[in-house]
Amino acid sequence: MSNLLSIVTFMPAIAALILAVFLRGEDGAAQRNAKWVALIATTLTFVVSLFILAGFDPSNTGFQMVEERDWLLGLKYKMGVDGISVLFVLLTTFMMPLTIWASWGVKTRVKEYMIAFLLLETLMLGVFMALDMVLFYLFFEAGLIPMFLIIGIWGGANRIYASFKFFLYTFLGSVLMLVAMVVMYTEAGTADIPTLLTFDFASTPMTVLGLNIMGGMQTLLFIAFFASFAVKMPMWPVHTWLPDAHVQAPTAGSVVLAAILLKMGGYGFLRFSLPMFPVGADVMAPLVLWMSAIAIVYTSLVALVQEDMKKLIAYSSVAHMGYVTMGIFAANQQGVDGAIFQMLSHGFISGALFLCVGVIYDRMHTRDIAAYGGLVNRMPAYALIFMFFTMANVGLPGTSGFIGEFLTLVGIFQVNTWVAVVATSGVIFSAAYALFLYRRVVMGDLIKESLRSIKDMNTREKWIFAPLVAMTLLLGVYPSLVTDIIGPSVELLVDNHETALAAADRLGDTAMAASH
Amino acid sequence: MVSIILFAPLIGAVIAGFGWRLITVKGAQYLTTGLLFLACLLSWIVFFNTPEQTQYIPLMRWIESGALSIEWGIRLDRLTSIMLVVVTTVSALVHLYSFGYMAHDENFKETEEYRPRFFAYLSFFTFTMLMLVTSDNLVQMFFGWEGVGLASYLLIGFYYKKPSAGAAAMKAFVVNRVGDFGFALGIVALFFLTDSVSFDVIFAQAPVLAQTSLHFLWRDWNAAELIAFLLFIGAMGKSAQLFLHTWLPDAMEGPTPVSALIHAATMVTAGVFLVCRMSPLMEYAPHATAFITFLGATTAFFAATVGLVQTDIKRVIAYSTCSQLGYMFVAAGVGVYSAAMFHLLTHAFFKALLFLCAGSVIHGMHHEQDMRNYGGLRKKLPYTFWAMILGTLAITGVGIPFTHIGFAGYLSKDAIIESAWGGVGAGYAFWMLVIAAAFTSFYSWRLIFLTFFGEARGDKHTHEHAHESPKVMLIPLGVLSLGAIFSGMLWYNSFFGDHDSVNRFFGIPAHAEATEGGDAHGEVADAGHGAEGSVLATTDHAAEGENAAEGDHAAAAGHMAEAGVAPEGAIFMAPDNHVMEEAHHAPTWVKLSPFFAMLGGLIVAWLFYIKFTWLPARFAETNRPLYLFLLNKWYFDEIYDAVFVKNASRLGRLFWKGGDGKIVDGSINGLAMGIIPYFTRLAGRWQSGYIFTYAFAMVIGIAVFVTWMTLTGGAE
Repeated sequence: MSNLLSIVTFMPAIAALILAVFLRGEDGAAQRNAKWVALIATTLTFVVSLFILAGFDPSNTGFQMVEERDWLLGLKYKMGVDGISVLFVLLTTFMMPLTIWASWGVKTRVKEYMIAFLLLETLMLGVFMALDMVLFYLFFEAGLIPMFLIIGIWGGANRIYASFKFFLYTFLGSVLMLVAMVVMYTEAGTADIPTLLTFDFASTPMTVLGLNIMGGMQTLLFIAFFASFAVKMPMWPVHTWLPDAHVQAPTAGSVVLAAILLKMGGYGFLRFSLPMFPVGADVMAPLVLWMSAIAIVYTSLVALVQEDMKKLIAYSSVAHMGYVTMGIFAANQQGVDGAIFQMLSHGFISGALFLCVGVIYDRMHTRDIAAYGGLVNRMPAYALIFMFFTMANVGLPGTSGFIGEFLTLVGIFQVNTWVAVVATSGVIFSAAYALFLYRRVVMGDLIKESLRSIKDMNTREKWIFAPLVAMTLLLGVYPSLVTDIIGPSVELLVDNHETALAAADRLGDTAMAASH
Repeated sequence: MVSIILFAPLIGAVIAGFGWRLITVKGAQYLTTGLLFLACLLSWIVFFNTPEQTQYIPLMRWIESGALSIEWGIRLDRLTSIMLVVVTTVSALVHLYSFGYMAHDENFKETEEYRPRFFAYLSFFTFTMLMLVTSDNLVQMFFGWEGVGLASYLLIGFYYKKPSAGAAAMKAFVVNRVGDFGFALGIVALFFLTDSVSFDVIFAQAPVLAQTSLHFLWRDWNAAELIAFLLFIGAMGKSAQLFLHTWLPDAMEGPTPVSALIHAATMVTAGVFLVCRMSPLMEYAPHATAFITFLGATTAFFAATVGLVQTDIKRVIAYSTCSQLGYMFVAAGVGVYSAAMFHLLTHAFFKALLFLCAGSVIHGMHHEQDMRNYGGLRKKLPYTFWAMILGTLAITGVGIPFTHIGFAGYLSKDAIIESAWGGVGAGYAFWMLVIAAAFTSFYSWRLIFLTFFGEARGDKHTHEHAHESPKVMLIPLGVLSLGAIFSGMLWYNSFFGDHDSVNRFFGIPAHAEATEGGDAHGEVADAGHGAEGSVLATTDHAAEGENAAEGDHAAAAGHMAEAGVAPEGAIFMAPDNHVMEEAHHAPTWVKLSPFFAMLGGLIVAWLFYIKFTWLPARFAETNRPLYLFLLNKWYFDEIYDAVFVKNASRLGRLFWKGGDGKIVDGSINGLAMGIIPYFTRLAGRWQSGYIFTYAFAMVIGIAVFVTWMTLTGGAE
């Protein structure tokens, strides 16, 4: 199958189209049909995406299963996967059926809801597979719209504010990226990502508005991309849209947001920032590393004092993304391996944690921590699963959470011990806020009258968690499953980065020598 | 065989935890306990057949990333086999004991089935502890390290309905994480310098590390010293040493069998085990080990003083544990690792015994834990009484001076005190330990006198119904009593006898000393001869490091002596380490001092609590500030709460409301207020319906467009 990637990408969109065209009515049967169509479509997408994994050759560090077609206006439609992107594709297709299944309780505008999620899946998959800059940009930006709608239509009381904040934040970031892309296109004469990866953007120092800029054009391009990806990530201090978006989003929206959408920023760093602008990345790395370290401590402390469960987990997400950016810009094998691992692992763990909140939100319709307490008395299965993911979230060895944290720390220690120490202190804070949450919600005697008749998880809910538990454990005990696939590509990325830096150094030296 | 020992508890835990409905509660109890006894039996077999050469049993790949390669695997040497015996024996007995202790519990309703959960947790703990002690690399050890932390958290919080239990569990985990912070940094630093986390590679590199300087934070440090120190921070957390000890007394919220197993005999000794395991590195870090000695001695003293005035029977024993761990660290710090392991072994027996006896008293007294409400229980609980007497004789160190005949503590504790005397600049440690020994004797006998002698105090009804525990609880007491009596005498020679027998026991080749003569410095140069086993590309690494960090650190430079091979044997004592000999030849008064300290403590306790029972109250009144200072445990909890807990949440609120709210959102809102109105005016012109209608149209448009392009092949 030569167009496997396109098939996987557009299967959900076709299902969305079918729903939009053929499904009529708002009655129970129509709602049920919408849910089933969405669930079957996403499940099938996952099954088909397994063929990508099966056909993928980890030892080949180039792009694989590439599809290339001409498009309008001389643009290209080009898709492909390499070791860095292939697992994100799998993460997306893996999470989506669970997300749909977790939305079984949606009652309003079910058809539109499912269409939004299906389109979102197509767009997210497109981001991870696009090998053409313009195509990437389209997927990247269009992905905003369904998410904006999901928050704005099916969200909580303050959803309008949250959705606009989300939209403006991320949109403003990407305007700069678009400018940078135009510059890149004029410089390199192509929008083809594999070609751009080998293109050497100018890195001689330049002066802009009287400011001397080390790394020249590369640094400027880096900053432009950084504006977009840092917001998406999100990095401190442009993270404040995330807690609001999470709080207002419906459960499934939060899950997708945390598990997949946040990963686009990290993926963008790995696809564009680090390999295309090595000198720029090197110039900016200290700043990025410090932003990451501050993010870990700052947001962990903020998480400690939250009274809203979803906000707490949202802040915890920001802290965990801090490890990711730290690992990426450590720019060595362990750091980048760890960053990718952390992103995948965070997909399962934070997704599961938001689902955990969803389980009790569905029952009590509040996310207020103070409204709970002593749930273990009536919900032992829930207590167990929540405990499991709490521990995974704090990075207990044996769960996937540990591997990512540990590898990024190994990576960063080789570069900057200050940042390493600050980041490592995150292990203390994460334990504090996560266990504090657990203690207030689950432990204690059940004294609140409103909780007297609360029911434990039903079979559907248990089955949603089962694959997540399995993946978290499996990757924690046998992480080679992932590192075997990403390893060679990451090695190439790191090698290229170092070669480019060395070359730039030499160039700088000769320039210096010449000027003497 | 070791694999069976390792995984039997895990299998038990999983089946009991998830499948108890299938095999019934009884079945779950029998299964976990049976598997533990199997593991225990095999452990003793392994212990008596420990191979002279270290054995490796690889299990599975684990973390692989570039130069970093970590395997799941088992390392079997003398240290491992000692720990196997300690862990499985105490664990098996505690499982058995819990049949009786956990039979009824008023913390749970009739319908709530808590026993399978308890046994599953116990077995799970045992598994993680075994992972810790059998590990062949630091990261797998860290897995066990955090795993026991989780098990400890679950078991301290076992009575989840009690708010105090939840708080104590969380405190234990978080304080331990402070230690893990140091441990993790130590591991990462070691990988940075040696490109490995496996023990053998690290040990072989230790002499080189001692010559390497590492730029860490604001200055250059000696790599060996820095790493030893960071690892010790981990040990401080797990082993409840001063500053990170506050969780241990609170951990007594857990059921008493848990206190015996985790918070006395096994988990809390993990720190000591870590230091002993890392002995080849510690030997090259004189300043770090001096710090270990200092902190251990201070902890031994501090905890003993607090133990003097506590009234909760379990807290007294908890502080006693804290204090005894300090002893072990002193021994490890001065370089007599075998003595530390010796005390670890004997302490496991007598401290588990004391805790289980306390549990038996608590069980018999209907969960009354305050010693002020005990008294005269000797007749009601005769077996418990005698077992506890044996335990007390062991911990206070009763024996015949100038011979090797005595209770377990007599041999192991005196070995440590003599080692402290022989250690470098260890006058402080020696005196602290002797004073602590006197205090130990006082509070231990105080506990006995208050509990078993005198008049019955407190609730009459409880005293009338006080009863001896069932057989299933008394059998473990009996077995542990045997350990408390004989374990010292049996293994004295192996742990602290003459040089040859210790070397033989720990698998240290006799010729090692002959060839590696001279001081530590000469040894480094010498080590180059044995470089055939070296797989470490020191120069390579230095080049890599420079590339990555541009001189941000001083990596193991190329001119450094090449790394040798790891020293053989389970523990390593540098050729210039003669502390054990000096300890053996300590003056008579040094050897006698712990004996007199013990006697003094006993006599004072007898005067205070048997002869003149009005004396303690009078004494507390005249020295009220001191009494309150001790009763409130030197105010550590209050200080920590004021300094760390309060400020963390204050900072969190500041960042949240001030940082996120005012500064970030404030400036962005300000910006938005300026731009948005302009856009809305613009947009208002074609605003006619729901915004999502437009958006949907747009997204579907893109989707259709791209799909069509794909299927038709676009312009081609």
